Parts: sequence; structure tokens; C-alpha cells
Amino acid sequence: MTDFSRIYHGARSAGGPLIFLEKTPQVAMGEWVTITAPDQPPRRGQVIDAGREITVIQILEETLGLPPAAAEITLTGQTATAVVGRELLGRTFNGVGQPIDDLPAPVGEARVPIWGAPLNPVRRGRPGEFIETGVSAIDGMNTLVRGQKLPVFSGPGLPGLELAGQIVENARAPRGEPFAVIFCAIGITAHETYTFLNRFERSGAMERSVLYLNEARDPTIERLLAPRVALSEAEYLAFKCGIHVLVVVADMTHYCEALREIATAREEIPGRRGYPGYMYTDLAGLYERAGTVLGREGSVTQIPIVTMPDDDITHPIPDLTGYITEGQLVLSRELHRRSIFPPLDVLPSLSRLMNSGIGRGKTVPEHREWANQLYAVYTQGREARLMATIVGEAGLGEADQRALGFAERFEREFVGQGSWRRSIGDTVELGWQLLETLPRDDLLRVSDPTWEARRAATA
Amino acid sequence: MSEAGCITRVTGALVEARPLRDVALYELARVGDGGLLGEVIRLEGETATIQVYEDTNGLKVGEPVQPTGEPLVVQLGPGLLGSILDGVARPLELVAAEAGDFIQPGITVPTLDPERRWPFQPRVSPGRRLLPGDVVGVVEERAGRQLPILVPPDIAGVLAEISPGDFTVADTVACLEDGTALNLAHRWPVRRARPAARRLPAGRPFITGQRVFDFFFPITEGGSVSVPGGFGTGKTVIEQSLARHAAADVVVYVGCGERGNEMADVLNEFPQLMDPRTGHSIMDRTVLVVNTSNMPVAAREASVYLGMTVAEYFRDLGFSVAVMADSLSRWAEALREIGSRLQEMPGEEGYPTYLGNRLGKLYERSGRVVALGAPEREGVITLISAVSPPGGDFSEPVTQASLRVCGALWALDPALAHQRQFPAVDWETSYTLYAEETTAWFAERVSADWPDLRATLLELLQRERELREIAGLVGPEALQDKDRLLLSAAHLIREVVLGQSAYDPNDAASPVEKTYRLASLAYELYQAALAGLDAGIGLDQLDMEPARRALTNYRNAPAGEAQAWADTASTALARLREQAAAAGDASGSPAAATDEAAEGCASAAEDQEDRQAQVSP
Repeated sequence: MTDFSRIYHGARSAGGPLIFLEKTPQVAMGEWVTITAPDQPPRRGQVIDAGREITVIQILEETLGLPPAAAEITLTGQTATAVVGRELLGRTFNGVGQPIDDLPAPVGEARVPIWGAPLNPVRRGRPGEFIETGVSAIDGMNTLVRGQKLPVFSGPGLPGLELAGQIVENARAPRGEPFAVIFCAIGITAHETYTFLNRFERSGAMERSVLYLNEARDPTIERLLAPRVALSEAEYLAFKCGIHVLVVVADMTHYCEALREIATAREEIPGRRGYPGYMYTDLAGLYERAGTVLGREGSVTQIPIVTMPDDDITHPIPDLTGYITEGQLVLSRELHRRSIFPPLDVLPSLSRLMNSGIGRGKTVPEHREWANQLYAVYTQGREARLMATIVGEAGLGEADQRALGFAERFEREFVGQGSWRRSIGDTVELGWQLLETLPRDDLLRVSDPTWEARRAATA
Repeated sequence: MSEAGCITRVTGALVEARPLRDVALYELARVGDGGLLGEVIRLEGETATIQVYEDTNGLKVGEPVQPTGEPLVVQLGPGLLGSILDGVARPLELVAAEAGDFIQPGITVPTLDPERRWPFQPRVSPGRRLLPGDVVGVVEERAGRQLPILVPPDIAGVLAEISPGDFTVADTVACLEDGTALNLAHRWPVRRARPAARRLPAGRPFITGQRVFDFFFPITEGGSVSVPGGFGTGKTVIEQSLARHAAADVVVYVGCGERGNEMADVLNEFPQLMDPRTGHSIMDRTVLVVNTSNMPVAAREASVYLGMTVAEYFRDLGFSVAVMADSLSRWAEALREIGSRLQEMPGEEGYPTYLGNRLGKLYERSGRVVALGAPEREGVITLISAVSPPGGDFSEPVTQASLRVCGALWALDPALAHQRQFPAVDWETSYTLYAEETTAWFAERVSADWPDLRATLLELLQRERELREIAGLVGPEALQDKDRLLLSAAHLIREVVLGQSAYDPNDAASPVEKTYRLASLAYELYQAALAGLDAGIGLDQLDMEPARRALTNYRNAPAGEAQAWADTASTALARLREQAAAAGDASGSPAAATDEAAEGCASAAEDQEDRQAQVSP
């Protein structure tokens, strides 16, 4: 694209975050725009509908006080880009990549378009390297692997962000490979930011991290750009510098609401619950930027946090997210009420890439069988608990009573580990100990050879 | 070719350009300085609306638009099998060679390798009158597989010249008297269904290697099935298992708007898997059409048509083709997205009103046909399409429109998936309209009692659900022994017949004999235990564990050891029957014992002990 700027005096109209420009013969889709007006701070915007007669520009900042007729609009001839590089590590930026830590803007190693290009599927590596998060319910039951996108489905008041913080703090690269964290806050409160940052600094994770913060009081449109800027940096660190990058995005619900706000301002035909019909494609454009590339060292792993409105997993935001991501970690209000932390409900949780990251040489050889068995007994225990509320515990069969007891201990001891880090070895051992409280006949998912091997190992 | 116009508007994936004269609907155009590929989807006067298959960011008003004079076509010929194409038929390997790891817009690469030479053997002689679809010769694509070369469906005439030799796909291998050249490859517009001589009724069953489908909900070759399920219910695992293990000559796998890592999985795994029917890599029978969710949305819409056209080509060559479409919802969403940008009046849930119509036409491209031309060939397309209903709610438009046109439903249930019961097929909601034809075939080829056994087991599973509801109210301990036995038998059937792990190397594919044997042994176990109850033995005294364990081991055993475990299971069953018979003899009157057993397990157990005390010396 040619790199010259053109200045227009006065927009035809404005509404909400949009201004409409007339007679724009050379305008480009996605072009970056600056808007100035007398006695007004400069604003930035982006072309979202390019036309010869009418062009629609979306403004990043608050439009309060902007007089469209008196504004001077500069089409810069450039699309949105971000500065990326290793020197950004340890720094804090706003949603469009400007420093907010009172340090000068970084020069960076490159300037890249924030929209990213789709990774060619034939060049994608197959994710299969185990990431130890230190959380038993994840490492043992829903294993995270490098290059995966595994969202946390939280609810209002549930500790989704705390769990993400714990993972960031404890995650290790198994062989000490270079590792970095990118945290992208979208529309979260100042309090949440403070808590999260505090935790970051205490754990000393800051120097290997880049933070992009768009808080609730920051411009809405910036919310649409923040994850893209963050992912551009992640891709650069991963695929150019060979670093394993973990990207935590909180909270995708705010992102989707910003998307809806803009779609409505553009008078688009709304889809389910007013969200635009292209939300799946738009979200995929973010989530699919996780991955590994054949022949390159690094990886991008994503843990987006989604707050399910009213704990409804069928709400379009968690629903579309679940269709794109490789599983989900679901938090349970019931466990949270019983002070179990992390309140992960392993039954609706799932890691689709688990099988490629576990087993001999990665975790433990019997991992799959062991996890299947834990799932099976725990499921039985949960069903028994439901039944016990009707017929009473005494009305249950013996096996159901055993499963019920198992479920209680599993939740308290295995899932509810608190804020401590637990290694995969300890996780597996604890799981076995819980299983061994049951008779062999209750453990049909464990094959005879695995059972014998376990007996031999503990004898 | 028509003259170029200029871009007047860019909005999302749509571009408006004018003046464009003499362009046709669905004609391809090169858009902008970068030459992005697009398709004309609306014409108003001299203004054309073009859906662009590539990223439109950076496209500028005033840049040129050049119509190409041709619709979206795919090149069909030798070398197609084993290829990995994007939604507009570009081999992704070549795209990567041109642009690197990340896809850049504006790349043009041929579908078939233009350099490679194929050995061609004519099968007809000059002077012969050729009709559309006639086989003019064969190409040895690789050792043991001959690919017929056809007269394209829109060409006929008297053959003037034909010669054997090594040719590229573009070389002329034969010439008609009117001068028309025939090549090894021909081009076909993807949106037009390829013609066939006539349609045939449903044929033999389509063997999937998955017990729950082969045994309970079989479909025929040429049939179509819709597989709806919320996220996490295992649609993709099912589609991939079928692509690996189903009995088909050719598999066309359309990854439409799905995950990149899943496709990486397929690309990584398929070349290493062997097709037991041919002994070659499974990739040799597969064409992958890949348009992941982050690739441009218009190409996603095209990718399904591309997949169907490739399938029709192999059908016309006389193969049995299976098309896996994962998922049609993403295709429908692409329609919705483009429709909404065109400001069309939306129908249900924002989908365009022509959704049902387009979906119907798509499904109707499957089926069993006699292909055009001589010699007579029968070709088949079986369509297995995943549907991703929002919130797992089957009342949504795409699921409902699919159900109106497909012949079977494999409904996936999140509750089963949460219990880790995979494949999570809900046996109450699922159905097949092909039950009669297929079970008759199984009765003839596998075992005469297949249809009865299927009906009996379905009924048993149905009864289980009712009993579980009752048990939920009164507690399982309050149930009669017979009902508790039924619950336990249903549990076993769910484990060893319905349950099948796609990741277990020994059980990922279940031959129909094994499927039948497992179902039949599980049912025999139930029968034997029932006889035991009738003879007055309490449920807790019945020793079902050895047989149950043997069945699980049989399910998981490698092919070599399977028979031994099946025998072990039979032996354990025989022992159970003996136990029942012995008890029956001892009590003398089985009928009386049944009444006692019905009164509750405790009393039955006491009676049992009493009786044993009486018979012991």
C-alpha cells in the first residue's frame, strides 16, 4: 500500500464511536486515521468500511466533545501496526501498545501489522509438549500442551483471574527453555489489575512478561485492538525469537461486548443475543493465533478467560469460544461456595490435546488410564450424590456409597489443592492413593498390567 | 475477457467495483493491485459485488478489478489423491513454498502438478464415437492403482487420434475429429453438480468400524448422515475416525472453518496410517480440503462445494467415496455473514432464507449412481456432515434443515461426553432410515439374528433409561433384582458395545464380526444371569465378574489375542449357566424361585443359602 497521507477537513456526520467521511477516492480498508479538532486532544481511528462516496471510521478514544464538521481527519496511508521485540519484556502498555509505565516508547525489533496472517495449516506443528501448570485438576485431568488454546470458563465472582494468575506464576518449561508470559487485560477493573500485577511482581514473573492493559475506563474500541497487539508480540517472541509464550487474555466477555457495540453502531444485522453474525470468525482470528510452527522453536499458548454471563455455558460467548478452542476449564460455583480452590469442575472441563501431551516420556505411562478411572469413579460419585439428596445416603448401593465418599475426598484433596504448586508426580501419586481406597472391582478402567505395575511400584 | 473496473467500496469480505460490463454471476475476478481472488455474487447495472477469498485489509478504493471470464473451477485428474487444498483448490504446500509459514493474499498456484508426467495407456481406438464420461484410457497413478481418464461430461465426438506415453496433465493425449483436445485432467466449476447417467437406490451398508454406528445406526453407501453435537461432544473425533477406518476407496475430508491444530493432527497422522484394504498409506486415498476458522470466510463457503466436486469426480471414475464435512454450520455461517453484508433480509436466526434450499442441493450431490459413459461404472458418495448447533440446541436452523434432507441422525449428547462415554451418541435421539436394508445385509453376511439382537439391545437401553429414572426416585437398592440386573447389563453394553476409544490402537476400528460378537456375548451374559435369577440365585451371588472382565479384555485386545478372550468370555458364560442350572435343579421349581427373587434380594439370598445347605452332603 502506498504510504502517503491525505487530509480531510470536516466529516459528514458522527455517531457513537463512528464518523462518516465523504468523497474518499483513495481510502484503504483498515487504514489508520488521526483526528484533530480545535481544543480537543488528538484521536486515532481506523477505516472499517471503505467507500468512494462514504467511508466509515471507527474512533478509538471517547468521542465526547468532537465536532465532526470542524475536525481535521488525516488518512495516514498505513494499516494498524505494533512495535514488537524482546525489549518489550518487563514493560507495561495500553491496548494499542503505547507505554504506560512512564518509560520511553520502545524502539523494538520490528513493526508488524496487528491483524496477523493465518498460519498455513500444513506448516503447523502438532502440539504435544506437556506444560506443567502445578494445578492437579489441569495437569492430571485436563492437560495443557504447548500451542494449545484452553480457555477458563468463569462466572461473575468466580476466581478465574486468580486461577490464571496461579498458572502464570507456576507454569514451567520442562527443560528450562526460554519462557515468557503476555498478559492482556480487556475491560477489567482497576482493582483486578492491581491484584494481578501485585501477584506478578511478588512472584518475580514481571521480567519475563509483557503487559497490555485496557481497563474498564479505557476506550471501548481499544478492546478490539489490545488482544491483536498482544498476540503480534507473542507471535514475534515465539516464532522469531524461539521463546515459549503463554498468553493470558482477561476478559473475552468484555471483548465480545465491544464487538457487539461497534456492530450495533454500524447498524449491522444482529445475530444471537445481539452479537454480530461474524463473531465466530472474529474470535477464531484471535484464538487461532495459538500454535507451533514446523521447524521453529517457540510456541504460543493461550489461556483466555471468559466470564459466562449468569453462569450460562450456552451463552454465545462461551459457546463460540468452546467451538474454536481446544477444550475448556470450567469453574463451578458450588465448589467455590464450599471454599475449594481452584474450583475446577473436571466433568465439563476438557483438554482436546491432552492425549498428545501425556504418557510415557511426557508425564507417566499410565496417565490416560489413571485419568479415565478418576473420571469414571468421580462421575459415579456425583450421580450418587444427586441420588442421595432424594433417597438418602443409606438408600444407595455399596458401590455408590464408596463412590460418593471418593467424590468428596477427590474434591477436597485432589481438586482443592489451594494456592500451592503440585508437581505432576505428586498429582499422579495422590490420584492413585485416592483410587486405592476402593476395591479392585470398582476400578474397571485400569487394565490388569497397569494395576500390577502400580502394585509392584508401591510394594 | 471483459475490461477491468475499479473498487468503489470495501466492507468486510465484500468489494464493490464498477464499471464492469459483460461479467457473469459467479465469475472469478482478480481484485486490487495484489490480485486477490474473488467471485462476483451480485450485479446491479455496471456495479458488481464481489466476495473476496482473501484478507481485504489494505485494499484501496480505486484499485483495479479484473474479471477472469471463468467461474471457480477445480482441475481434476491424476495426482489429486493425497493432496491438501485450501477452499479455492490451491495446494497448501505450494502456497507455503511461495509465501512462507503464514498465508499471504494474492497467490496463484495450480491444483495439479504441471511438471509431473504420468504413464498413459489408451483403451479406445481412433474412429470410435465418444460420449461424455467414456473411459479413453488409464494412468498408472502408483503401483497397483489405475486411474481411468474420462471424456469430460460436457464433451462428445469421434476420436481422431490417441497415443500412449508419458504425459503431463496439460498435454494432449487424444484429439476428436472436431479438433477438441483431451487431456489427462479437465476443469469443472465447483458450484455445478457433475451429471450422472442415473441414480440408484441405496446399496450395501457403509462400514464405519464404529460399533455404535455399524450395529445400532448403520447407513448405506450413498446415504447421508448428519452428526450434530455441542462443543466437546466429539464430532471431529468421529469424523476423523471415519476418515481413517471407514470402508471407502476415496475419502474427501473437508475441514470447514474448524481448528488449525486439528488439521495439523490429521496432516501429521494420516501419512503414517496404513489402509488395511490396500496396504498403502491412508493419505493415498484421501483428499483434504482445509479452510480453518481463521482463513477467509468466503473461501470457507466455497470449500464445501470444492469437496463435493472432487468427490463427484472420483464417483464418476467408479469409486466409492466418503465425504466428511466438518462442519456444515461453519459453511452456513459463512452464508449468513455474506448475506448480511449484502443487506439481504434475514430468515431464522439471521441465516439467509435460502439456507434450506442450498443445504438440500448439497446433500443431494451424495448418492449411488451409474456414472456417465462406457464401460458402465457404479459410483457412490456417502456424506457424513458434522453440525455445530449453538448451545447444543438441535432446534436451530442448520440442524433442522439438515434433518429434513439426510437419511440418518447421529445425535451427540454433552451429558454422555461429560461421563466420558465416547462416542457420545445418544441412542434415544439418533435414528437411521436405512435400518431395513442394512440389517438385512448384516443378517446375511454376519449373523442371522443381527436385526433381532439390534432391536433387543435398543429396547434394553431404552428400559435402562426408564429404570434409572425410577432408581433416581427410590434408590437402586429398592429395585428388584431383575431390574438391577438390567441396569448392570445395560451398563456393560454401554461400556463394551457403545463405548469405543478412538485412541486405543486395538479398538479404534471394530470389524463387524467383533462388533457382533461383543453385542451378542453381552446379551448372552444378561440372559444367563437372568436364568440364574429365575433359578432363585440372588443377584449378589451371581458370579458375572469373570465374564464381564473377559468382555472388556476382548474389546481391548490386539487382533491376535481377541479370539482367546472371546473364548474366555464364552467359558465364563458357560460356568454362569451351570451355576443357574444347578440352582434350578436344586430348587426343583424355577417358577416358585422367580417369585421369591422378585420379593427382594435379601430373602432370595437367604433362600439360596438354605438350598445350598440342603443339597450339600
